Amino acid sequence: MQLTGAQALIKSLEMESVEVMFGLPGGAILPVYDPILSSSIRHVLVRHEQGAGHMAEGYALATGRPGVAMVTSGPGATNIVTPLSNAYMDSTPLVVISGQVPTAAVGTDAFQECDITGVTMGITKHNWLVKSAQDIPEVVASAFHLATTGRPGPVLVDVPKDVSFSQMEWYWPDDLDLPGYRVPGPPRRAEVDAAVALMAAARRPVIYAGGGILKARAAEALRALAERTGFPVVTTLMARGAFPDSHPQCLGMPGMHGNYTAVTAMQRADLLIALGARFDDRVTGRVDAFAPDAKVVHVDIDAAELHKVRRADVAIAGDCKVVIEALLEAAAPVLAEGDAASCIGPWWDTLRRWQREVPLHYERSDGPPIKPQMVVETLRDLSPPDTIVASGVGQHQMWASQYWRFDHPYTWVNSGGAGTMGFAVPAAIGAKAGRPERTVWAIDGDGCFQMTAQELVTATAERIPIKVAILNNAYLGMVRQWQEMFYGERYSEVYLSPDLPDYVKWAEAMGAVGLRAETPEEVAPTIEKANAVDDRPVVVDFRTDAFEKVFPMVPAGASNDAIVVHPEHADRADAERVAWERLAAEQRQ
Amino acid sequence: MSADGAPVERHHILTVLVENKAGVLARVAGLFSRRGYNIFSLAVAPTDDSRLSRITIVVDVESAPLEQVVNQLDKLVNVVTISELAPASAVQRELLLATVAAEPAERSQVIQLVGVFGGEVVDVGADRLTVMLAGPPDKLDGFERLLATYEVVDLQRTGRVALPTIDVQPASGRRLVSVQPSAAG
Repeated sequence: MQLTGAQALIKSLEMESVEVMFGLPGGAILPVYDPILSSSIRHVLVRHEQGAGHMAEGYALATGRPGVAMVTSGPGATNIVTPLSNAYMDSTPLVVISGQVPTAAVGTDAFQECDITGVTMGITKHNWLVKSAQDIPEVVASAFHLATTGRPGPVLVDVPKDVSFSQMEWYWPDDLDLPGYRVPGPPRRAEVDAAVALMAAARRPVIYAGGGILKARAAEALRALAERTGFPVVTTLMARGAFPDSHPQCLGMPGMHGNYTAVTAMQRADLLIALGARFDDRVTGRVDAFAPDAKVVHVDIDAAELHKVRRADVAIAGDCKVVIEALLEAAAPVLAEGDAASCIGPWWDTLRRWQREVPLHYERSDGPPIKPQMVVETLRDLSPPDTIVASGVGQHQMWASQYWRFDHPYTWVNSGGAGTMGFAVPAAIGAKAGRPERTVWAIDGDGCFQMTAQELVTATAERIPIKVAILNNAYLGMVRQWQEMFYGERYSEVYLSPDLPDYVKWAEAMGAVGLRAETPEEVAPTIEKANAVDDRPVVVDFRTDAFEKVFPMVPAGASNDAIVVHPEHADRADAERVAWERLAAEQRQ
Repeated sequence: MSADGAPVERHHILTVLVENKAGVLARVAGLFSRRGYNIFSLAVAPTDDSRLSRITIVVDVESAPLEQVVNQLDKLVNVVTISELAPASAVQRELLLATVAAEPAERSQVIQLVGVFGGEVVDVGADRLTVMLAGPPDKLDGFERLLATYEVVDLQRTGRVALPTIDVQPASGRRLVSVQPSAAG
């Protein structure tokens, strides 16, 4: 069967079971847009290519399937560089197809030419400049294979216009020619036994669950391991939902804005079992002061993460699900049920005391402005338990992670490693496109919202009814917090204004329902009103307290021991630290 | 110095077999620059298998642990195998070309020096000559130092290529990442 390169490209996407793609056409990709008219694949027309990339990411994070985006050459391609970088940092499977100027024009500075394979070399798992239409099925199949296996990640396929036009003989590859690509196999028995031995000897263990748990679809395995061992579990920002917040063994989020117990548990642990986590600086704080007494078992599918930041005592390159199941099997005879639990009883007593003495805290208020944390709590309580929450980057993101209760995997869609402002709205649209039966709330900041809000036009036009809660404090809030705490309250270029733009009018102009809540009493009824809308997007402008700060906080570059809790609990945190130091000194003598 | 008192080699030789495709060298070089790894020298050439090229990289391990460099390199999809060669158990060769300004009076001294080292004179002009020496890198270092007493107009070295020595091959050619059937298969 003879096809054009363009037809072969769309047919290849169909072979990969793509159901939806996000994109925006232009000169060099024009031939590929023609066969879309007769394809089963839904195409969502975005208003900016960055939106296409983040939608594809949101789709991937909510469904576990690779997200697909399509853009034209030059500026179309460079506009999707941020999503590629974001997906690379968060190991999100993403396949981006870009148009390129005709082969003969490549390298001549042609109109809308950009060396996008060169630009994205360092932020894709791999990329291709397709030289012949005959290669298209092979390249597309390889692209999906690379994006979704091993450590997932973004890939880019750059297709020159003449390649799209030219003829090829259709085939679908049985075998891929990737001689240099390997995925780790099952773990070696000796490694597993060594890990189990450390687990059996631990008295202050912590399971440090990262985003790899979700990528490996290992949430159930993790739960089995946690319940078998009785060990406490922290879930990083990328792993929220990988272990239920309502589970009694869940300590919640560690890191720069983690809760006191999660942060301090890691810091005082004698064993960290890192599963699909990469010792990110936002988790470790100052690395040489991080978890000083802990032995480390590190499991990651990317061998390059092992020993990268922290030397592991047992390092296992492998898929989290496979390795956890191996650990469970090997642990069965060693860790008799209840046995391990009794050994770590005193540890749990300490953890429970910390949870009681230094919980997450904010000062409630009856009058305006609204406390942002209270908005998150009310949204959580009034929305279905399997609601998908997307967020941008900043204070609102941290409050969302802290105050939502994540009890289901794949319900938290956020930008972790790259910290991409403007992620929430398009990512929520992508998540809703992939999970139309779910309620999808974007919890956003006013600064973030202004970066990508135009995609609400896409949401209205494509009937993708997401909901957006803007925690509008009229500031670039996290930057403001740093200026307040570390720059002597010298506020430089962080004020935005609460009503410029008018978010309600803007929402309405984009075909969405616009609502506003200015007092605490208005919060719940406004959310009820928003939750009742299901035929179009809703935007709620919550006027929140600009002076509210995210606590706890570990100052950048400081040790996690220097955690700053809410002023209300500072004395108790100090007392706990002194008590721990005294105990440690006694034990040394 | 390592814990047992043995000198720590600062330069390690990696021989990297890569797919012979456009842009592969850029991927390898880009990885080193992006992650802040230092390359001491680098040589690229096709192998007897037309699908593969061999890149010989001398890595300065003061910039990053060798295992990190190898693990990151292995993630490049076009990298097929990576072997580390310990300098003590590898045959290393490098080629040096130098153009030296030498009046007739000095010329015979230069030719003599080249002869002592087993090099060749490959080009001669009225007042300068170009000489060539192939050999182990330290021999080239010595030759370069002695040549510097004359007026060196131009000097070019190729960077090392290396293969494991034959008698100790199983132990010396530490194959860090071996060829396996494609995971896609």
